[in-house]
Amino acid sequence: MYDTPNTERTVTKNETKFSARKVQVYYGDTHAIKDVDVDIEDKTVTAFIGPSGCGKSTFLRCLNRMNDTIDVCRVEGDILLDGQDIYDKKVDPVQLRAKVGMVFQKPNPFPKSIYDNIAYGPRIHGLAKNKAELDEIVEKSLRRGAIWNEVKDRLHAPGTGLSGGQQQRLCIARAVATEPEVLLMDEPCSALDPIATSQVEELIDELRTNYSVIIVTHSMQQAARVSQKTAFFHLGNLVEFGETGQIFTNPKDERTESYITGRIG
Amino acid sequence: MTDTHIASAFDRDLETIQAHIMKMGGLVEDAILKAATSLETRDEELAEQVRNADRAIDELEEQINEEAARIIAVRQPAAVDLRVILSVMKIASNLERIGDYAKNMAKRTTVLSQMGQIHGATASIRRMAKEVERMLKDVLDAFVQRDAGTAREVMHRDEDVDQMYNALFREFLTFMMEDPRNITACMHLHFIAKNTERMGDHATNIAEQVIYLVTGEIPEDKRPKSDRTSTDPSVAPA
Repeated sequence: MYDTPNTERTVTKNETKFSARKVQVYYGDTHAIKDVDVDIEDKTVTAFIGPSGCGKSTFLRCLNRMNDTIDVCRVEGDILLDGQDIYDKKVDPVQLRAKVGMVFQKPNPFPKSIYDNIAYGPRIHGLAKNKAELDEIVEKSLRRGAIWNEVKDRLHAPGTGLSGGQQQRLCIARAVATEPEVLLMDEPCSALDPIATSQVEELIDELRTNYSVIIVTHSMQQAARVSQKTAFFHLGNLVEFGETGQIFTNPKDERTESYITGRIG
Repeated sequence: MTDTHIASAFDRDLETIQAHIMKMGGLVEDAILKAATSLETRDEELAEQVRNADRAIDELEEQINEEAARIIAVRQPAAVDLRVILSVMKIASNLERIGDYAKNMAKRTTVLSQMGQIHGATASIRRMAKEVERMLKDVLDAFVQRDAGTAREVMHRDEDVDQMYNALFREFLTFMMEDPRNITACMHLHFIAKNTERMGDHATNIAEQVIYLVTGEIPEDKRPKSDRTSTDPSVAPA
């Protein structure tokens, strides 16, 4: 009976992509993230779950220094990407964000054509030598975003004219256009209908072959469906981190249990 | 962790399905005791009652499965809630099997009451059935109390039932060798004894489910096996 492992659910140990040690985040006097230690693996989907205000989005935003844009926000501790401290003075946040892409809760296409939405990143990072190469990057990215077939005949129409689900997939295509190594997704499906949600989830699963994906989601079922690893945050603490299957059938911490079973905790 | 869900209807669903398991368990316990009593006292009317009561047990199993399917579809249970649903479904199917064995005992009672008595056999079977019924009662209490310790203890008590069966197996062989006219009755009695031993195995399966429900892990220590009649030739008299 052990002959045929279910490959879908097999959790293989991949190399560590992000390594966080003793991370603290303060917003002014508020201690938002307390002593978080976690290793995020490459080629794995990691889900961050937890109630509102638990710090999961804050922690996600530390991983590509999005919190730098908030004046009162202070980050302490070490966050290493491939062994390199991303908060080192020598690191350029713009370069970091090309490596660590991000997709937000609300689709936010630029008020430009579909083509230019995708081409924007590769252009400013100088990823294409000529028009032909740029065309290729745009097509490849749109294909990876699982939206190519729907937009290939209207690449020069405005991106804002697409439906919500299409816009979100456009934003994912835009995020992968710069060939990032990690993709951060902050509730990427919360504004989408179930069909668009399924398409994005299918896409996340495909992206896993090339990237490390970290997704913040309020839908526990979504975390269970798309991720291999799950981290549960509560009041700024990382309460439990483990294989998704284990977290959802037999969590070790009572707070995790209360949260995922919908009990008052 | 508190015991109540934010969605109180979910609590009611889970309470209902567990109440149905307890109701089913009560019916099955009753069937075991009545079947064994009817066998010993040659009470054909009581045996008939047991046979008719099995339908209610089967219906409860169906109802429990439907409720479980609905809860899975509507609530997407996770963690302990998921384990409640999974264990409830398995407990229901084990109870249903025990019910079938009790019904079979009652059927054979009707045939056996037309034949000569085999000395002491029916009293031994009743004692064995009584022990199985106690195991079942305790394991269902353990289910309600979420008590893995009691469930483990019930698993070990199955050894006693197996030993009672071994003894009966030997006894029946002796009776049959003594007088071939005993063969028909002894064959029926042997099936009853074997079925009762199987009831003990099903009670053990339920105990495993209770342990899974409480701990999240299926117990690794294989349950004790003391039915040696199928493997050890020395059990049978020469």
